[in-house]
Amino acid sequence: MNEIPGDLKFMKSHEWARIEDNGTVTVGISDHAQSLLGDLVYVELPSVGDEVQAGNACAVVESVKAASDVYAPVSGKVVAVNSALADKPETINEDAYGEGWIFVVKPSNLAEEQEELLDPDAYAELIESEEH
Amino acid sequence: MTRKTVLNQTHRALGAKMVDFGGWDMPLHYGSQIDEHHAVRRDAGMFDVSHMTVVDLRGANTRPFLRRLLANSVDKLKVPGKALYSCMLNEHGGVIDDLIVYYLAEDFFRVVVNAATRDKDLAWLERQAKAFDVVVSERADLAMIAVQGPNARAKVQSLLGPALRERAAKIGKFVAAEGDGLFIARTGYTGEDGYEIIVPETQAVELWNRLLAAGVKPAGLGARDTLRLEAGMNLYGQDMDENVTPWEAGLAWTVALDDGRDFIGRAALERQRADGVRREMVGLVMDEKGVLRHGQRVITPVGDGEVLSGTFSPTLGKAIAFARVPTGAGARVAVDIRGREVPVRVVKYPFVRDGKACAGV
Repeated sequence: MNEIPGDLKFMKSHEWARIEDNGTVTVGISDHAQSLLGDLVYVELPSVGDEVQAGNACAVVESVKAASDVYAPVSGKVVAVNSALADKPETINEDAYGEGWIFVVKPSNLAEEQEELLDPDAYAELIESEEH
Repeated sequence: MTRKTVLNQTHRALGAKMVDFGGWDMPLHYGSQIDEHHAVRRDAGMFDVSHMTVVDLRGANTRPFLRRLLANSVDKLKVPGKALYSCMLNEHGGVIDDLIVYYLAEDFFRVVVNAATRDKDLAWLERQAKAFDVVVSERADLAMIAVQGPNARAKVQSLLGPALRERAAKIGKFVAAEGDGLFIARTGYTGEDGYEIIVPETQAVELWNRLLAAGVKPAGLGARDTLRLEAGMNLYGQDMDENVTPWEAGLAWTVALDDGRDFIGRAALERQRADGVRREMVGLVMDEKGVLRHGQRVITPVGDGEVLSGTFSPTLGKAIAFARVPTGAGARVAVDIRGREVPVRVVKYPFVRDGKACAGV
């Protein structure tokens, strides 16, 4: 099990969110999620400018095995997407919390919505309980 | 209850991710199914296929029994050791299962059927065998390891005693040799050369470990699925079942309408062919990014079809699939992927042979 970085927040559906110093939120899927999916072969990204709602699907990651929706942890406008994933989706397998980020949101309701997210310890407990 | 093969602990010790497959706890991959896929295409990989059902058929009337049971003709089997791929049909021409039958002696044939269909297959075999006085015995005491890839045969041969090594080296494709308690068949489900080795359970772990030491890479069901689909091989339950005839599943080549042989399902097949077969199985390639998957709708000028087996082909770097479509759908169709109509090409399969894309794919 890889260390979970302490500055991340998580959804129960295995997305991570990092609140950056400039107030934007970077989103990806957890290392646990990538290991469940296996080798990723395709990522369908949102478009810059899209408005996303917390809890709604806004990207898709596909492994050889399955397609999986990626849900937005917070509402807001998409201000950046990781277009490098189009050619190298396996980056998510290799570095889920770093180079494997998927998109960045400028949040519209962060203060309230971040309360709904799990801290790293609570997320670690969640995946522990799913495994047993 | 989940069943385990004798190699279960060995897979776990190798770090396999395990999944339920037809009631069996089997390895999906040992880290990366794409790496395992490439290992088989480029060197040698091995699969635990002990979950498959080995059934021995004995009795003086075994050949007449198989003439009646199978859509392909066991009369093609003239030399002991020779194998044949066939469907076993119901009276409506629907596929009960696909299997490999080995001719070992006039009173002794061996069939290998799928794991998920074990119970109904055994019941069907027992029922049909009665009239021929053929004894049907499942060989649960046997394990099976498939070793596949361009270097697979050499690596297996390096582990055999001199006499068996010589025989194994000589056998042609779709032929088996026996010795030292091993049943070695030059068959497989990957499109690569190699062997499927039937081994007593008591010796299976040792054989696996010797293959591992010889540089054969363990590969899971994930790679097995992408390899067989690239090779254009059907998967029972996904590409055909009891509601589908061989005509509709790309399996016409396995049906022998030889003179006067009254096999189960023949009348229905002949009737369907006379009436016109309305659906056919085709190969699809998608040049856009994304993955074709089982159940996706295929849109054609003559009506909708459905993706049967679909996956990402590691060798081609794009999605491939089998689909069942109305006959005469033409070469250019589209697949509905999450509400988007993505154009795909209808191609002849296999998609990959000898590690490379086939012409037109």
